[in-house]
Amino acid sequence: MKIFQILILSFFITSFTFAQENVFTFNKLPSVKMKTMKGLPFSSDSIVNNGKPIIISFWATWCKPCIRELTAISDVYDEWVEDTGVKLYAVAVDDSRSMTLVAPLVNGKGWEYTVLLDPNSDFKRAMKVGPIPHTFLLDGKGKVVYQHTSFAEGDELSLIDMVRRLNRGEEIK
Amino acid sequence: MLFMFPVAARSQDILKGSEIHGNFQADASYYLTDPKTGINDSTLAGKLIRMNGFTEVGYTLGNFTAGLRFEAYLPPLVGYDEKYNGVGAPYWYVNYKNDFIDITAGNFYEQFGYGMMFRTYQEWTLGFDNSLRGLRIKVMPYKGITLKGVYGVQRYYWEPYKDYNRGIVKGFDADFYLNDMFNALNDGKVKLTLGGTFVSDYQEGETKDIPSGGKILELTMPQNVANYGGRFNLNIGDFNWFSEYAHKINDPSALNNYIYKEGDGLFTNFSYSRTGLGFSLMSKWIDNMSYKSDRSVTNNMLSINYLPAITKEHSYALASMYPYSTQPNGEVGISGTVTLHFKKNSPLGGKTGLSIAWNFSQVNSIKRTPLNDTTYIGQTGTDGYASTFYGVGDEVYYQDANIEVSKKFGKKWKGIFTYLYQTYNKDVIESHAPGEYGTIYSQIGIADITWNITKKHSLRWEVQGLWTKQDKGNWVAGLVEFTISPAWFFSVMDQYNYGNDIASQRLNYYLVSAGYTNHATRIALSYGRQREGIICVGGVCRYVPATNGMTLTVTTSF
Repeated sequence: MKIFQILILSFFITSFTFAQENVFTFNKLPSVKMKTMKGLPFSSDSIVNNGKPIIISFWATWCKPCIRELTAISDVYDEWVEDTGVKLYAVAVDDSRSMTLVAPLVNGKGWEYTVLLDPNSDFKRAMKVGPIPHTFLLDGKGKVVYQHTSFAEGDELSLIDMVRRLNRGEEIK
Repeated sequence: MLFMFPVAARSQDILKGSEIHGNFQADASYYLTDPKTGINDSTLAGKLIRMNGFTEVGYTLGNFTAGLRFEAYLPPLVGYDEKYNGVGAPYWYVNYKNDFIDITAGNFYEQFGYGMMFRTYQEWTLGFDNSLRGLRIKVMPYKGITLKGVYGVQRYYWEPYKDYNRGIVKGFDADFYLNDMFNALNDGKVKLTLGGTFVSDYQEGETKDIPSGGKILELTMPQNVANYGGRFNLNIGDFNWFSEYAHKINDPSALNNYIYKEGDGLFTNFSYSRTGLGFSLMSKWIDNMSYKSDRSVTNNMLSINYLPAITKEHSYALASMYPYSTQPNGEVGISGTVTLHFKKNSPLGGKTGLSIAWNFSQVNSIKRTPLNDTTYIGQTGTDGYASTFYGVGDEVYYQDANIEVSKKFGKKWKGIFTYLYQTYNKDVIESHAPGEYGTIYSQIGIADITWNITKKHSLRWEVQGLWTKQDKGNWVAGLVEFTISPAWFFSVMDQYNYGNDIASQRLNYYLVSAGYTNHATRIALSYGRQREGIICVGGVCRYVPATNGMTLTVTTSF
C-alpha cells in the first residue's frame, strides 16, 4: 500500500517538474460513461458542438439553486442558441433514488437541454466537482476555459457574455 | 522515488499531455455552550474547535490516471462518528483504460444497475464512504456489452483490513444494450437493455452467542452470502420502463435480529414524458435486504448494496424536518409524480409560463406471518417469518402528498409555492419502541419569492410554516438572502418552534451566513444554532445533534 502511495506521489512530483502552464486545465474532457434520460449509454467523448462553445452544468432534482439556475437559463436559451450557437449539457447527479424523476422534471419544466444521467457521480468525480451547482464553459476546441460553483441570479448573464467573447475569439481569464 | 526521474526525463514529450486536477473542502467549527439546547461543557468535552477536511488530487496522462484523497478530522465535527478522528489517505487508485478494457487497482466507486445488490459511493456531507479497496476490471468485448468484475474490502473509518476483520466482497455484472449489439435494431423505436449481477461477501465463519428470550443461543453464521438478480430497461418513444429484482441468501445479522430468512427486493419505475408533461410511477418491495460486509455492524457503514427511499427528497428546512429513511428489513412503497409546464403566452401559462409538480408517496410495512405457533415473528435463530411477495402490511411508515407551483410575475419577480402533508411513523423510522412517540401528522406551507432588483442584485425570501399536534408542535421559519452576482451572498434565517408544549423549548434557531465565490472557489462563514434532526442525502440519513457556533467552509476545485 505504501509503495502505491509513493508511486502516485512520485508521479505528481515528476509531472510538476515538467509542468506546463495548462497542466491544471481540462484540455479535453475525461472519458466517462453516462446515460441519457432514456437509459441509453452515452460517453462524455460525445459532448461536442461543431466547434461552438459548450456549457456543462452539474445539477440534481433535489438541488434548488441548480433548478433556479437552469430555469433562468431556460427562459433565454432559445435566444442564446440562435445568437451564439452555444449548447448546454445538464448532467444530473441524482442517484437511484431520484434518477427516474429527472426526465419528468426536465419535461415538466420544458427545458430544452441535452440532459445526461451520472447516477454514481463518475463524471462528477472525474471533473473534480464538489458542491453543486457547478458550471463549466468549454471553448470550440473542447477546452475548459471557465468554471463556477454556486448560483446567484445574474450569473447566467456573465456566462452568455463569456460565450459571446469566445465567439469573437477573445480569451477568457 | 528517485528512480522515477530518469524515466520521466526521457519521456518529457509524453508528459506534455498530462493534466492534474483536484478538489478541496474544509469545514471548521467553533462550538459554543448553549444551555437552552442542552449543550454544556461536558457535551463538548473541551473540544471547541473541530474540523473535517479533504483534498483529492488526480493525475492523468493519456489513458492512465492515478489519484489519492487525503482526509483530516481533527477532531470530527459534532454529529460525525468519533471513529473518524485522525488523518490519512483512505482513498487512492491507479487506473488504465482504453476502448476495450478499464482496470483499477486501489479504491473505487462502482454501481451495478439500480444498486440493490452492489453500490460503493461517497457522501462527504454525511461522513459516508464505503469504497472498495482491491481490483476492478471492466471489459467492453463487443459493442453494446459491458462486463464488470470487482474484488476487494470496504472502507471502515480508519481501521485497516487484516485477518478477516471484515468481509471480502466479490461481484460480477453484465450489461447488454441490445440495440447496439444487433445492427437490425440500431434505429428501432424500441430500445432494450438487459443486465445481470452476482455479488458474494465472504466473512469468516463463526459461532456467535446471541442472547434471545432470556437464553443464549449458539448460532452458526454462514461464511458466504450471495446476492444476485437481474434488470431491464425498455424504452419506446416517450415511455420508459425499468425494473430490477434481487435475491439474497440467508444472512443473519445484528440488523435483522439474526434470522436466517432469505431476502428479496423488486424496484420498478414506469415513466412517460414529453415536452411540457412528465409522469413517473415507482414501486419498491424489499424484504430482509440489508447487506453488509460485517454482520455485526448496525450503523450506515459497510453497506454493500444501496436501498434508497422512493419518497421525494425535500430541501426546504421545514419540509425536511421529518424525512423518511428506508427500512431495510422490509417495506413496500409507491411514489407517483406528475409535472406540467404551461408555456408562456398560453391560456394557463399567462405571459410568463407556469410549472406545476405534484407528488405522492406512501410506504407501508410488509405483511409478515409467524412460521408456526411456537415461533414469534423475527425470532432470533429461526427463519424469522413468512411473507408473500408484495404482501402489504397494515402499518403506515410514511406518507407524503405535496404540490409545488412555480410562476414568474413579470420580468423581475418569481415565486415557488409548496404545500405538503406528511405522515411520519417516528417509532419505526427512528427505531424507538412501538408507541413511544407514535406517528406525526404535519402540514407544511412554503413560499419562496425572488426579486431580481438589477441584473446583478437579487433578494430572496422564504416563509415556511409547519403545523402539527404531535412531537414538538408548530414551527415557523423565515429566510432573507441577498446575492450579488457572481461573487457574494448574505443570508439570515430563523426557525422558531413557537408551538412547543414545553414553554422553555420554544426556541429560535437563527443562522446568519455570508459567502464569497470566485470561479470554483467558495468561502462561506455562518453563525448560529442548528436544530437537532436527521439529514439525508440519497438513501442515507444521519442524526445531527443540536449545535451552536460558528462554521467556516472552504471549497475549491481545479
